[in-house]
Amino acid sequence: MDQVNDENPRIILGEHKITRNLPTTETILDQTFNIKSFKKSLRIVIVRYTDTPLEMEFDIIGMHPFLANTFRRLMLSDVPSMAVEKVHVYNNTSIIQDEVLCHRLGLIPLRADPRMFDYRSNDSEGTEQDTLEFELKIKCTWNKDENKDSSRVDDMYKNNNVYSKHIKWLPIGNQSETYKPADVGPIDDDILIAKMRPGHELDLKLIAVKGIGRDHAKFSPVATAFYRLLPDIKLTREVEGEAAERLKKCFSPGVIGLRHKEGRTVAVVENSRYDSSSRNIFRHDDLKDAVIMTKIQDHFIFSIESVGAMPPDIIFTEAVKILRNKCVSLLEELEQV
Amino acid sequence: MPIAQLASSEAKGETSKTFVFNNEGHTLGNALRCIISSYEDVQFCGYTVPHPAESKMHFRIQMHKGRAVDALKRGLQDLVKMCDHTIETFENEVTTFKNENHIAT
Repeated sequence: MDQVNDENPRIILGEHKITRNLPTTETILDQTFNIKSFKKSLRIVIVRYTDTPLEMEFDIIGMHPFLANTFRRLMLSDVPSMAVEKVHVYNNTSIIQDEVLCHRLGLIPLRADPRMFDYRSNDSEGTEQDTLEFELKIKCTWNKDENKDSSRVDDMYKNNNVYSKHIKWLPIGNQSETYKPADVGPIDDDILIAKMRPGHELDLKLIAVKGIGRDHAKFSPVATAFYRLLPDIKLTREVEGEAAERLKKCFSPGVIGLRHKEGRTVAVVENSRYDSSSRNIFRHDDLKDAVIMTKIQDHFIFSIESVGAMPPDIIFTEAVKILRNKCVSLLEELEQV
Repeated sequence: MPIAQLASSEAKGETSKTFVFNNEGHTLGNALRCIISSYEDVQFCGYTVPHPAESKMHFRIQMHKGRAVDALKRGLQDLVKMCDHTIETFENEVTTFKNENHIAT
């Protein structure tokens, strides 16, 4: 068990149960909180950052699990973003019902940066500070100029598909000076909103406001934000030949590698980071004693996938700031009591 | 007024109290609970959201000695410090990562 009882707090994934190890030193999990040891233990490592799609993966090491979970919850439901909240339906003769159409419009992600806007109060009219207005005016007609013989819908009709690119921005007040249409409109212009046939018509006014994911999931700035613990896999003895092949197949690709030495094939752990932690190994009676599967309890692999309005690193810092401001305002209130 | 005190918590004096947070839930409740229950003078610390339809959170602190309010204050202050340090570390790492990989901010 010496391989398991090192300085890291670990959970051990057994065949039928999960156990903990006995770390050699006191870990962040079992000591009284003090900011000094937190500062000493906290490490953040950025692993991946991509622009399309806006995604980020980073490791937080030496943080308390409750704090990691709080940040995750904040990103999902407390960091604001802009979305269509009200739709004025002046005309809708398409087959899609008003309420279904409005719901679909609400779910279209907007590029507008929520940090530039205020929350709109319930009774206010809506100003340039807190509201974005769009219109969707579109009519489906017969296509007279294309060849008559074609029976493809795209040749026969004009505007038979309504896409998010048909949404037009209507600036309020001085918004046209502050923003460009591409800064506030839908992030993707190929989201299908409705299908129409000649004679069908849409005339809508969309009102977008700032909101948070707790009210409605459409306001959530992330597609997903989650963390998982770093898996660590150790081999306790040498596995060779056919058994090594089987061992390799029990884990995610890239976790176990095969080395050839002195004419034998031996299994080694290459990179356990991206293991799915499935327990396939326990199906093989001859192999289960060769592997110890553990997870490190204070090593979080965060993965944030932004919807597109804000980059993922900003979403994370915004989440932390929200918690901070919440605490500060509560403290101020306690001082007054 | 987000923080109130539960009326029945007066009997035990200053050492044990239940605070009622309006418009808060598990997000703040669990974070505060974990941090406060690690303090030495705290005998018990727990929270509950009595009903999911009401956005209220009850937060109970029982102390061996000292005032419950002080533990709550200390908890909030520590959370602020943790947040500050996390933001600082995170932003440093992101800037160095972006510089190394030539990603425009």
